[in-house]
Amino acid sequence: MIGIVLRRLAWLALLIVLITAITYTLFFVVPGDPAVQAVPKGASPQTIADVRHRMGLDQPLWKQYLYFLHGPDLIGNGNPSGILNWPPNLGYSFKNQEPVLQTILDRLPVSLSLALGGVVLWLAIGFGVGIVSALRPGSARDHAAMVFALVGVSMPQFLLGILLIYFLYFRLGIFPAPGYVPFTESPSSWAWHLVLPWCTLAFTYAAAYSRILRSNMLEVANENWVVLARAKGVRRRDVIRRHVVRPALPPVVTMLGMDIGVLVSGAVVVEVVFGLNGVGKLAVDALTNQDLPVIAGCVLLAAISVAVANLAVDLTYRVLDPRVE
Amino acid sequence: MSTLAAGAAEPQEVVALGGSSQLRGVARRFWRKRVARLGVVYIALVIALAVGAPLVAWATGHPPNDLGHQYDMTTDLGLPKGPNWDLRFYAGADQFGRDILVRTLYGARISLLIGIASTLVALVVGCAIGVVAGFLRGPVDTVLSRGVDVVLSFPILLLALAIRAVFGASLWIIILVVAFATWPYIARIVRGQALIIREQEYVQAARALGASDWRIMREHVLPNLVGPLIVYGTLIIPVNILLEAALAFLGLGLPPPTATWGQMLADGQSYYATAVWMIAVPGLALLSVTIAFNLVGDALRDALDPRTGQATL
Repeated sequence: MIGIVLRRLAWLALLIVLITAITYTLFFVVPGDPAVQAVPKGASPQTIADVRHRMGLDQPLWKQYLYFLHGPDLIGNGNPSGILNWPPNLGYSFKNQEPVLQTILDRLPVSLSLALGGVVLWLAIGFGVGIVSALRPGSARDHAAMVFALVGVSMPQFLLGILLIYFLYFRLGIFPAPGYVPFTESPSSWAWHLVLPWCTLAFTYAAAYSRILRSNMLEVANENWVVLARAKGVRRRDVIRRHVVRPALPPVVTMLGMDIGVLVSGAVVVEVVFGLNGVGKLAVDALTNQDLPVIAGCVLLAAISVAVANLAVDLTYRVLDPRVE
Repeated sequence: MSTLAAGAAEPQEVVALGGSSQLRGVARRFWRKRVARLGVVYIALVIALAVGAPLVAWATGHPPNDLGHQYDMTTDLGLPKGPNWDLRFYAGADQFGRDILVRTLYGARISLLIGIASTLVALVVGCAIGVVAGFLRGPVDTVLSRGVDVVLSFPILLLALAIRAVFGASLWIIILVVAFATWPYIARIVRGQALIIREQEYVQAARALGASDWRIMREHVLPNLVGPLIVYGTLIIPVNILLEAALAFLGLGLPPPTATWGQMLADGQSYYATAVWMIAVPGLALLSVTIAFNLVGDALRDALDPRTGQATL
């Protein structure tokens, strides 16, 4: 168990180095001078050179990347910027000179709120629809569930978001205008403002989950152990819960792990549609502003959360299926 | 020979397309489904409309990027006006007085072209890497599978932006970006299938006869992947169409004034209170096309694997 965790952590470290290196390389083929964008218009060449030096832009690309990993104190504030420095530092935004780590931490609650509620809702819907339809394949209930799933996997998230805003906010006025209210300010208002984004996320994901659960359950249904359990006279609901749903779970857990990993670093489209200032929106804005330190920070967060989620999946597998070595 | 063929007709794990009679059976089972026929007919119709978009533009008199109605199809406040049959704006105009119907039809060209072309690219790359990794196993598999992991955890948006900034946002660049995002999934599936196929007896027989790895992959592994690849390919098309639309929605797709459904919907969101047709027309087009491809893909899968849908609980 510990060996697995250690091996995964080593892989994670390698993954982070690879992905951030690719990010740096990609970024530096993008034209434009961040130093010129960071200073006011009409700044003297001397000022620009100064700023370029403080940003580390006067160094060769590989050295800039090394600075990203372990940097000297370029800014001169006694807080060298590098992810391996202590305390870890992700550098400063080219755009507004804010520390990147702090910016990401400020935005993280929004993305986590969105992901958390979305995951709970989509699991509830996905499992409900999947199980109900698998119990009576070919029935009217099953057909209705599969139409739901078909529309769900075909639905663009941004279209659903726009439609929900149009009908439930603009036309009917049931839900408030899109926006985010911090949980600490008012839990009820927090939840109420997030209902539509949660639904947008949940509907599109739940569809995929109900499909995969249904097909896995039907695949397991003819296995010998199911027949045996029924022959022994085990109650139908127990057979389904213990011998059908449970063996159908591993692929669902794999999917869930990947989806959660991606969502922690922001459901970009949903955040943009609903104007939520989460990490996803931060990344898109940083991309359009060519703000390398922020982009690198977001990429880092994305890689870490995906890797951690994968590790969690592997550990869950061992619990779900004792045969896994 | 015939008894051998009968015994091999139902392979244990891999759904293979072997021989023309089996292919005919698949086609028959596929075509028997009403939703499958509906999906195929609808996709054919959309392709026809996309190809014929210039004809519609000519008939209405408004090319997709025509600004000639900038003032008579917008209000004094610059808000788009709705359907106007006298001016032949059958689905209303956008904020620049451009014809929504014509633009939606031109958008279909982009969506279908990018959706299908990027799927083909992803299939070729994913299949090559998946077969090699799954068949050779060992260190080659490790390197390739880890590479797939890296790609999967790499944010596609960043790539889209970087590539866009360097090479410009041409059609082919977007196709490559979208393909880059989906090939790893195909590679994973193909690798899994190749792992199964390499243990089959006919592969061992070929190996015993002295066939090279390359020859076995080409003549025994690849042909047995045709069935699954057709199914996954059909199901990846709507995924890629959605991805292209999302990129365009975020402003990372083809640059304006090119009409794309994602970009049209992004514009529509700004005017949803006054110009709902700007959302409804491209939105309906996008949703119906992805539904049609998913219907066809699902029906193909069921037709290739007759065992599904027979279980009862």
